[in-house]
Amino acid sequence: MLYTLYNYFISLQNFSNTLHSVFQLVWLGINVFLFVYFYLAFLIERYYYTRVILGHALSWARAPAACLNFNCMLILLPVCRNLLSFLRGSIQYCSRTAARQLDRNLTFHKLVAYMIAFHTAIHIIAHLFNFERFMDSQLMINSSYLPYVLSQMGNNDNRSYLNPIRTNETNPTIVMFTTIAGLTGVVITLALILIITSSMEVIRRSYFEVFWFTHHLFILFFIGLVLHGVGRIVRGQTLESVKVHNPDECHSQFETWGKNGTNCPEPVFAGNPPMTWKWVVGPMILYVCERLVRFYRSQQKVVITKVVMHPSKTLELQMKKKGFKMEVGQYVFIQCPSISQLEWHPFTLTSAPEEDHLSVHIRIVGDWTQALYTACGGDKTVVMDAWTLPKVAVDGPFGTASEDVFRYEVVMLVGAGIGVTPFASVLKSVWYKHVQENKNVFTKKIYFYWLCPETQAFEWFADLLQSLERQMMEKDMSDFLSYNIYLTRWKDAEAAHFRVQYEAEDDPITGLKQKTLYGKPNWDNEFSAIATQHPGSKVGVFLCGPMALATALGKQCFSHTESGTEFIFNKENF
Amino acid sequence: MGKIEWAMWANEQALAAGLIYATGGIVGVAGQFRGWQFACFGIAAGVFVCLLEYPRSKRGKGTSVERTGQYCFTVCVKAFGPLTRNYYVRAFLHAALCVPGGFMLATVLGCVCLGIGSLIYLSAAIHGEHWEPILPRREPPKRVGDSIKEPPQNPPPRPPPEHRRKKADKLEAAAYDNPMSVTVNE
Repeated sequence: MLYTLYNYFISLQNFSNTLHSVFQLVWLGINVFLFVYFYLAFLIERYYYTRVILGHALSWARAPAACLNFNCMLILLPVCRNLLSFLRGSIQYCSRTAARQLDRNLTFHKLVAYMIAFHTAIHIIAHLFNFERFMDSQLMINSSYLPYVLSQMGNNDNRSYLNPIRTNETNPTIVMFTTIAGLTGVVITLALILIITSSMEVIRRSYFEVFWFTHHLFILFFIGLVLHGVGRIVRGQTLESVKVHNPDECHSQFETWGKNGTNCPEPVFAGNPPMTWKWVVGPMILYVCERLVRFYRSQQKVVITKVVMHPSKTLELQMKKKGFKMEVGQYVFIQCPSISQLEWHPFTLTSAPEEDHLSVHIRIVGDWTQALYTACGGDKTVVMDAWTLPKVAVDGPFGTASEDVFRYEVVMLVGAGIGVTPFASVLKSVWYKHVQENKNVFTKKIYFYWLCPETQAFEWFADLLQSLERQMMEKDMSDFLSYNIYLTRWKDAEAAHFRVQYEAEDDPITGLKQKTLYGKPNWDNEFSAIATQHPGSKVGVFLCGPMALATALGKQCFSHTESGTEFIFNKENF
Repeated sequence: MGKIEWAMWANEQALAAGLIYATGGIVGVAGQFRGWQFACFGIAAGVFVCLLEYPRSKRGKGTSVERTGQYCFTVCVKAFGPLTRNYYVRAFLHAALCVPGGFMLATVLGCVCLGIGSLIYLSAAIHGEHWEPILPRREPPKRVGDSIKEPPQNPPPRPPPEHRRKKADKLEAAAYDNPMSVTVNE
């Protein structure tokens, strides 16, 4: 039984996936628990009279409110990337699988955001009923009607009232805009809606600035959230009042409350103190610390030592920063104050940890990258002095799971298009480890697949592969790295050129000895070939590319893992 | 990333607003709140806005991503010609539709969201954007020779062997060496 369970876990091909699902289930479970717990918490005696007016809508509003407290507490945590990096570094000593969970921070952030939106919807709908019922009980002027009688309580001192709507000459809309709870509610809901609509994938991928700036409405959101309960609008009987006035017994005698000779004095009501701040103050402080850390790191001096303009609209920046330590496949955020004070953009590091500088390859696709290109002298032909180069700030590095590459004897690296970038770092690092540091590197063979729709982007990476190829031939290690470049799309005119050049020794596109292949790889064949070549080993499969490819490769790993060779799939998410 | 096309964000905002408007209206009617007539209007306006906003516009620059099943909506919206193409019209339409929502609590949120959507559309209109339908591209029919029933979709990188041999008289002009020797009389 245990053995089959064990086999099942192994065959899941990515244990961290299971761990992640367990984590999500636990989170969901806590949500459900809080919902039910707080739903029931408002069915007690203290709220008897509140329920006389509101019915179960009270519980329907308070239960999602508790879940909202919980989720708003959680939502700030996944985006404290420095904190996560620190945690990751510490956890790594215990378990790499656990450490990798922290890389799915953004997925979790979005999940929590959707849950917040869901609970907000329930909360608002319940409150719509609450407002309506409160209003009704003020308008049904009839002293034999309990809700009306209840609404008149506390008219003298204006503190021990039950119904937050104090007069019948108003309407729910006006009340909403004149109570703290209502006004903050509107503000934070609007902020939430604007944040969500500008975070839609279409907007996020096309206009990052709109997404990023609108997202800062979360500051307004949290301020409003903390103030939302300050007005103490959720009211119930005070505990002292319940002791002397039992609602179960006294509710039917409401016409004689407080009069001589009854057991039932008038009930006294009070509002619940605000609770939300207790939930969110911790994460808010952590987030402020996170921003301070980012600011501090951004003030650290970064010097651009080399700028390379690659013809394929790619800008390579080599920089030095004191005390900067990285691992393969990590990414950094770069800011250029002369272009924009507020924008930080993520780029994968293409340098290896063994090098003395850090480098990124930046594709020029938008305003910010275009401005960076100009600032670094992209359009000038003269050599620029070092002091004229713009000042940049670097935050990071932030981790992904690429360092696991070195744990495998045989490695398959698959990069699609620009997804090949982290592998530049990996390849360089493996090379350095093998050659210059003479370490006994565990990794013995790398199969590298690069799928590209167009030839232009090959440029700088092809240069890297060329130099690696040369060095490997010198060291007589040409077998170490086997790379396959697949051109998945081409124009007719280009095809004619390929046809003519097929016999050339170097590939017409990349100039490499190994020829470029056309179309998409036949993964079945590739996996079978590797399985045959390396029986009995664990092969690590690493992908940086689109989801469809991830699914395909995952399936291949699963189906080709037989007795002996085991394919273990790791997907990067950038 | 490039110059922001405001209409894209306005579209997301207005679609969300339509849903919220309609939901608020449904709650108002189902709960038989005071002013439920406004809630009815809210449902109608919300649904109308959703139908109008569902088909995404074609982007000025870059690839447009359709919403699932938006083609039939695109056709309907396209049929109104300049009324739906122009964003000024949309901005004022949304502004007008949102006003009745302000009279009832259940629809107030929809009203404000739609109002914001209207403002973003106004910004889009001022920037000169307009709505373009995303229509499926019709491929021009390929001219095929009579003898070829199904032309290959992709040219082969390697030509068939008989074409690899160069003619002997053109040997001097050959760009590469022949794999096998060539005589004049083949």
